[in-house]
Amino acid sequence: MFYVTHNPYISEHSEKLLTSLILYLLDCRWSVHDDVILLWQDYVSDWTPEETVKRMQQGKVYSLEKFRSLQDKLLLLDEAVNAHDGNVITAVLIYLKKSLSKEILFRELITREIALRHYIHYLKEIGEQKLLLMQYRDHLNVRDENKRRDFLKNCLSFPFSPDDATHVQDHYTLLERQIIIEANDKQVESSGQADIFKKYPRKASILNMPIITTLYYSCFYHYGESDGTFSSPANIRKTFRISDKQFLLTCLGARAKLKAWFDVDALFTTKNWLGYTKKRSPIGFHRIVDILQKNNAPVQVLQDYVNLVEDVEQKISLAQKYKCHDVIINTYRDLKDRQQLIVYRGKVERSSSEYRKIEEILSNSVRLWGEVSPRYRSRICFPSSKLNLNH
Amino acid sequence: MSAHLSYGRVNLNILREAARKELREFLDKCGGSKAIVWDEYLTGPFGLIAQYSLLKEHEVEKMFTLKGGRLPAADVKNIIFFVRPRLELMDIIAENVISEDKMHSPRDFHILFVPRRSMLCEQRLKEQGVLGSFINIDEYILDLIPYDGDLLSMESEGAFRECYLESDQTSLYHTAKGLMTLQALYGTIPQIFGKGECARHVANMMLRMKREFAGSQTQILPVFDSLLLLDRNVDLLTPLATQLTYEGLIDEVYGITNGFCRFLPPEKFSKMQLNSAEELYAEIRDKNFNGVGAALSKKAKIISAAFEERHSAKTVGEIKQFVSQLPHMQAARSSLANHTSIAELIKDITTSEAFFDNLTVEQEFMTGVDTDKVNTYIEDCIAQKDPLIKILRLVCMQSVCNNGLKQKLLDYYKREILQTYGYEHMLTLNNLEKTGLLKPQTSTRNNYPTIRKTLKLWMEDANEQNPNDISYVYSGYAPLSIRLTQVLARPGWRSIEEVLKMLPGPHFEERQQLPAGLHKKRQQGENRTTLVFFLGGVTYAEIAALRFLSQMEDGGTEYIIATTKLINGTSWIKSLMDRPEAQAS
Repeated sequence: MFYVTHNPYISEHSEKLLTSLILYLLDCRWSVHDDVILLWQDYVSDWTPEETVKRMQQGKVYSLEKFRSLQDKLLLLDEAVNAHDGNVITAVLIYLKKSLSKEILFRELITREIALRHYIHYLKEIGEQKLLLMQYRDHLNVRDENKRRDFLKNCLSFPFSPDDATHVQDHYTLLERQIIIEANDKQVESSGQADIFKKYPRKASILNMPIITTLYYSCFYHYGESDGTFSSPANIRKTFRISDKQFLLTCLGARAKLKAWFDVDALFTTKNWLGYTKKRSPIGFHRIVDILQKNNAPVQVLQDYVNLVEDVEQKISLAQKYKCHDVIINTYRDLKDRQQLIVYRGKVERSSSEYRKIEEILSNSVRLWGEVSPRYRSRICFPSSKLNLNH
Repeated sequence: MSAHLSYGRVNLNILREAARKELREFLDKCGGSKAIVWDEYLTGPFGLIAQYSLLKEHEVEKMFTLKGGRLPAADVKNIIFFVRPRLELMDIIAENVISEDKMHSPRDFHILFVPRRSMLCEQRLKEQGVLGSFINIDEYILDLIPYDGDLLSMESEGAFRECYLESDQTSLYHTAKGLMTLQALYGTIPQIFGKGECARHVANMMLRMKREFAGSQTQILPVFDSLLLLDRNVDLLTPLATQLTYEGLIDEVYGITNGFCRFLPPEKFSKMQLNSAEELYAEIRDKNFNGVGAALSKKAKIISAAFEERHSAKTVGEIKQFVSQLPHMQAARSSLANHTSIAELIKDITTSEAFFDNLTVEQEFMTGVDTDKVNTYIEDCIAQKDPLIKILRLVCMQSVCNNGLKQKLLDYYKREILQTYGYEHMLTLNNLEKTGLLKPQTSTRNNYPTIRKTLKLWMEDANEQNPNDISYVYSGYAPLSIRLTQVLARPGWRSIEEVLKMLPGPHFEERQQLPAGLHKKRQQGENRTTLVFFLGGVTYAEIAALRFLSQMEDGGTEYIIATTKLINGTSWIKSLMDRPEAQAS
């Protein structure tokens, strides 16, 4: 035996015979002499990861069980990857799957792209794809944005449903672009080249932000850029298929914050075929007014949009809320509501232009309207509640 | 402290005393002075069983929170770890033990696993090389904790997720065990009714466990007439709706944990205990919030009048009597002041436009209005980036009331959510789909309107001040789960076979043999006692509805409520989110 195990020139055939014999004896539970077992273990334990992998490639007997510690296992894996032999890599991965927890194995595979690819393939083969979906969640564990981007790229090959796959694709694309934008903007900001960054210094990085937040950022800092750049709103809108509504609201929010009222105007203005401009919006103008007001838009700007609110009740309510006197006066005038005009006159300053305007309308009203009693009574109230809380 | 537990039909104090006795026995096993190292999660539930005073009686001199590194210095003979059987906690314990300076302060170590020991954990301790350092390793079987005279909870946060998402039925095993403990103290329950897959499992386990213990029959006269096991997923709608009872609203807005509530801004009462021991609270907790104002002003008048008595007290005897009442009256007055302040805080919220709009949409869905279209309010809320859980509650409600959303609509909502809140929430959306809360329409048939009509789930003229029906708890919507309970008692589930078939899971009835001579002879007019067990969580509004049924004239049944966890829509959805810390709103 001794001669056999320590003779480096032992033939392959003899070795096969020897190991088969020992394994057979062990299998039969024959009491194999302790020395034999010790020699066998000795024989086996001498193999380094390199040697083991070589033996695997050559189809020789090998034993992976001796690689107990995590460190040893990883050395083995790296060795297998270096050997570029798919079968060997998979065999090692099967062993690791058995002897390591899911979390630890995956954590280590995140940083080993080739091994990870093989692992994914293996899981698909044995029908355990679901494991992969759970691992997508681990991307939150990866702190470094570049590593996270690479991890997401790997996730693309996971067997997600077509719908989810699109989302993962978008997630990857988004992060990829955010990394580029972030690097660029950071550099521009620190070099002091662009005014916008000086006036409104960035409070946080754009990395890992949701797409709408990214769009807002883009409308804030990169408005008007052509759709050729990753950072332009137009490009983001196209790439991520953002709805008109969402796009409009986000742009509005950003431009309003910057008090860029002309830009806001342009968002709603369309030229019809006669060349006349007309304001249109896929969302109710009352929403626009709310957003503008939250951004402290001046009354003159607010007024224009309050005027565009279709529902009269709502229009009056908003105009009163935001003190758009002209709108109120004009509306009551159009409704020929004398009474309300009188009431409202009492609310404005005696010396103001609004007061004079009301006076003028009232004095003309008898001539123009005759003794018409108001057809319309404004009812400013919320729809009746099923839950009568206003006791 | 625990007097309120014995007021109900079933004296739950017995359960609490049994738990206290076990705790005392374990503490005495580790003789000498002690320090307890707590798994933080356990301090809440334990607080309902025993206060520090009990521990002190058994020589507990110090208490620490479990954390890594070295144990704090304490001149005690024993260190006892009170922990859940979780592997990560074992590592911390190992750290504590290893870094112990054995030369200077030789302390004995013990572990108390709550609620059960675990081979895996002990194996881990062995691997870390510290298993031998422990003198006593025991388990403290704390399954069902009495929260009030008619309320038991396991406070198992993960139960719904484990059962319905991960197909892990460990918590059902604990439930069955808890019910066996209950039967050991209160007698075998002769009838078991159930609806749902998990209910079926629990019942099977109970019957099997009974067979295994066939030798030891309890000779206790059964207190419960029947047990009703209900799967949460039989009624997914109720927890999604905003609760409108006083206690329900407190939970929705501030969150009630282990019977305590933390208020912001921290007024005079930054943290308050809420249970039926407080007379006023017991009166108003289950009222619809609209009825609370009237109750408070009525109470104010009574208390004022009581204080005025001092003017009419003339004789020494009368004055003495007045003075003896004083502490009670003062307590009542401060209780009134507290609840008036709380009610005002809640009112600020319920009278807000946001609350009103939200409620309107909820009620639209519940009555079947436009559940198949994009809801503009939800759209607006997403656009304004309202808290994600609020959005999820609403879209799930729409889905449940429509028996799933058309693929196009579902995709639209999903995309809006992912684009606004981040792609990582895809996992949460997947989870919601798996549990049936937000799913695509599989068949064009929507059973919900039929269920609603047959069981009268929407009562148009719900009287909030003087209710005559359980629908008052949601101002018009009768919780499906409670309706099922109500119908079971009278006239019985046979009358709603068709509807039951539309709801998920089997329904069944089992009988358990009682030892001879223990059959309850019910008197004329005496009520039955039913234990209703919600597998997966129950809301305070549902509890209020059951209490309403209990006190109904000729209702015939009184209810004791048990659950795996006390929930509201927010905590429930949160438990289904992946990595909630990473995904706050």
